[in-house]
Amino acid sequence: MESLFFVLGIVPGLVNGLWVTLQISTVSFALGIVLAAILAPLRIFAPEPIPLIVRGYVEAFRGTPLLVQLLLIYFGLPSLGVKLDAYSACILALGLNSAAYQAEIFRGAMKSIPETQFLAAESLGFSQGQTYRYVVLPQALRVAAPALANELITLVKESSLASVIGVVELTRRGEYLVAYTFRALEVYVAVALIYLVVCTLASQAVKQLESMFKIPGYEKVVA
Amino acid sequence: MNNLLLKVEGLKAGYDGLEVLRGVDLGLSRGEKVVVMGPSGSGKSTLLKCIVRLVEPWSGRIFLDGEEVTGREVDLRKVRAKTGFVFQQYNLFPHMTVIKNLSLPLEVVKRMPRSEAERRAMNMLKAFGLEEFADKYPLQLSGGQQQRVAIARALVMDPVLLLLDEPTSALDPELRREVLDTLFEVARQGRSMLIVTHELDFAEAAADRLVLMDDGLVVEEGDPWELLHTPKSDRARRFLVKIARSAQSVA
Ligand SMILES: Nc1ncnc2c1ncn2[C@@H]1O[C@H](COP(=O)(O)OP(=O)(O)O)[C@@H](O)[C@H]1O
Ligand SMILES: [Mg+2]
Repeated sequence: MESLFFVLGIVPGLVNGLWVTLQISTVSFALGIVLAAILAPLRIFAPEPIPLIVRGYVEAFRGTPLLVQLLLIYFGLPSLGVKLDAYSACILALGLNSAAYQAEIFRGAMKSIPETQFLAAESLGFSQGQTYRYVVLPQALRVAAPALANELITLVKESSLASVIGVVELTRRGEYLVAYTFRALEVYVAVALIYLVVCTLASQAVKQLESMFKIPGYEKVVA
Repeated sequence: MNNLLLKVEGLKAGYDGLEVLRGVDLGLSRGEKVVVMGPSGSGKSTLLKCIVRLVEPWSGRIFLDGEEVTGREVDLRKVRAKTGFVFQQYNLFPHMTVIKNLSLPLEVVKRMPRSEAERRAMNMLKAFGLEEFADKYPLQLSGGQQQRVAIARALVMDPVLLLLDEPTSALDPELRREVLDTLFEVARQGRSMLIVTHELDFAEAAADRLVLMDDGLVVEEGDPWELLHTPKSDRARRFLVKIARSAQSVA
């Protein structure tokens, strides 16, 4: 019983950290999606060696630990004269990392757009860029939506790594509380529960959005 | 250039090493309606696509409306903007309403203000009795309705030439009639058309000329009625039997 009151008592303090967590994850998600919307078509349509370079980028970020990427950007880049504060370094690391995953999601989604859609747009006189913007991207986004939503939820969880370089987000708040209350079990359970609630709400919200953006009649074709 | 709207000379084309068109010659005058028939795989779709370079010709020359489509400095987007293409599978944009399918190309390609584009799109839908579907999405319509919208989309761009690739072949027999009626209507308006179809009705009643293709070549051409009913050469006769069979296997 006492534990319950203790946990309820620390929630407001943790929620302050939660805002930072949400900021980091949404801003890096946005950075990721913008980069991915550029990288994916480059990988599919651009002349060599651009696709090869994009592929190298994707493999590099997917094939190494995010923590190492974060440490490299925060502690490594200053040697090259690029000095970032912890918050920016964290957004950059998460954003670049997420871009690699999101680019792959987009690529898969774009490949699912039938060739005939390209033909139709081109036959009307659309340029490649216009075809991408008006025909391919909007459809690919809908196809990619569930996977992109998962990626956002992953980012909420991965942003806890920011605590390692001193960004005071949810996990780091928890560490502070443990440091002066010595009640690691209750504190980390509370932290975990907050992540759980946020991620669950987010996936519910996403389901709502998906049904809002569904293309009427599409299910007939897919089914 | 004489008064031909479209002229195709010695066109060869294909796909990674497979030669599909083996030297096609074809002409089409302004206002003329030409039907192309041929067995499946004879290169009809490839021919239509080459005309707007959705497939790259290997060799030969194509002239459209006084401009060489195969020329070096041709503006392909302009060529495509002034031809309408109707595909067998309709190919509407599923994520846009019917009216948006018509108005977006006007906005994007013809740089028309949105209100003007929408007004024209609506007029075109009305002209084909499709206005009740304006705010529906393509996949909510029947195949026949979708194909009529696709024809309206091609026409709203006011093309000098309409290219149609088997516009009724993907449809169930009971839905073909409405599309065929639409095609007759377009033909009556005097629009230049190059249409691949096995609809004998249309070929006989609406076409000025019938072109028979086989194995990547134009093998016969002439008056549709004569070719279909009193084929002079053995080749044409054998050929019509072949088409009849291939049309049956499609249906
Ligand atoms: N995109 C493509 N890639 C490779 N081969 C193709 C492609 N499109 C058509 N072909 C081949 O080219 C030949 C002619 O096809 P097509 O022009 O579609 O004939 P038709 O429209 O008369 O049935 C066929 O053998 C077909 O398999
Ligand atoms: Mg064909």
